[in-house]
Amino acid sequence: MSVRLHDIHKAFGNKDVLTGFSIEVHEGETVSIIGASGAGKSVALKHIVGLIRPDRGEVWVDGENVGRLSQEELFALRRDVGYVFQFAALFDSMTIGENVGMGLRRIPDMSSRAIADRVGECLSLVDLEGFESRYPAEISGGQRKRVGLARAIATKPKYLLYDEPTTGLDPVTTAVIGALIARMRKELGVTGIVITHDMGSAFQISDRIAMLYDGSVRMEGTPEEVRSTDDPVVRGFVEGRPDLLEDVS
Amino acid sequence: MGSVQAVGGVVLSAVGSVGRAGYMAVGAARAVRKGSIWGPHLLGQMARIGVDSLPIALFISAFTGIVLALQASYTFTGAIPLYFVGSLVGKTMILELGPVLTGLALAGRVGANIAAEIGTMKVTEQVDALETLAYDPNAYLIVPRVIAGAVMFPAVVLLASALGVVAGWATAQILLDMSSQAFLKGLRLFFESWDVWFAVIKSVTFGVTVTSVGCFFGLHTSGGAQGVGRSTTQSVVVSSMIILVLDAFWAAVLL
Repeated sequence: MSVRLHDIHKAFGNKDVLTGFSIEVHEGETVSIIGASGAGKSVALKHIVGLIRPDRGEVWVDGENVGRLSQEELFALRRDVGYVFQFAALFDSMTIGENVGMGLRRIPDMSSRAIADRVGECLSLVDLEGFESRYPAEISGGQRKRVGLARAIATKPKYLLYDEPTTGLDPVTTAVIGALIARMRKELGVTGIVITHDMGSAFQISDRIAMLYDGSVRMEGTPEEVRSTDDPVVRGFVEGRPDLLEDVS
Repeated sequence: MGSVQAVGGVVLSAVGSVGRAGYMAVGAARAVRKGSIWGPHLLGQMARIGVDSLPIALFISAFTGIVLALQASYTFTGAIPLYFVGSLVGKTMILELGPVLTGLALAGRVGANIAAEIGTMKVTEQVDALETLAYDPNAYLIVPRVIAGAVMFPAVVLLASALGVVAGWATAQILLDMSSQAFLKGLRLFFESWDVWFAVIKSVTFGVTVTSVGCFFGLHTSGGAQGVGRSTTQSVVVSSMIILVLDAFWAAVLL
């Protein structure tokens, strides 16, 4: 069971976003993809669940070539993949409980009682017990992100994809989300791919880190390898030093 | 050279839009079999599209009926027997003004609402979220709205047309000193039950047009709040234009 993106090319109009992006994530691993804003990290992530199709290249999940799946096969695959969106993407017109239960209602023969129990369980995993009847507009940004996480884990997926789970959050909530991601892996054994700008979280939760630069992977390695690299592009990003990046360009 | 490029760009964009609309139509047709996804939302959409539209549709048709009666009386006086006021009000409300004015009003109310709602869902990644949760957006968003539009537009149009005729009758009674018998005589003179079917057929196509155009522009929204505004406007303009073209088409084909 793994996720493999091989030689992905993707352009929007005249703008080449991915130009030969490749990465492999093994079972039980958590891999962070770092890179500047607009580098194409979210675009890469959306390829995994078929929300975006590559212009060239292949995406393999669980041994299935995503580009060749029928719509029904793709929906079946998506039941094994939880996706945490950057801004949570909660359904405004639904309560928190209904949001978290959305994926569960697609499971045949799951009773309303079982759905309610699982919703409560997931909300308590993200420390939001009793929030079922509130609406997304009534909770804070950090709580929305946690609800997004609860919705993603509700169907007990094998893979969790996190799109900037800590962006825009205060340091305490960032640490809470980081701890939750680590907990998902430890307690549920899920394979995780995390898109992030936040190097603190990336070093804390990742088995490996890959840096996306100019449409492809600039460097891939363990957190220690990334910390000690001499590559000025990676160092410039990790240490927040634009002077190093200017030397490269 | 610049103008040739501009024309080429417009043509390419139009062809692209037709292709995307066709793709959406095929997707929606296939999604009809996924009743477990759209079924639970159908009644809610019927209420929003039909019942909630009644006040504006009835308001418009009532005043249209009043104006029709007054203008018919003004035109006919001294030349044509006044009982023809009933004929003109009935025929015009049922065949033309009931369906078209209601269709245009609902293109604004319903079409804009659908485009704005789905457009907001699109730019806030809620549509992507639906897909990741294994919901077909065609089944969840498009099918219940289009079916509700096809069912509820004729109902609203029939009620609006009926109220327009009643308003015309009341006007004839109160302001034109016509007897009920005279108005009803004129109304019956040219009435054919086919006229009602004609209105129903037209309004079914108007309902499908307004809802599917709203869904199309909503699902192809990009660019945040400005994009939502643009989609909403485009939805109303395009729906209104298609309604007028369909109106002429059905008149040519069915009458």
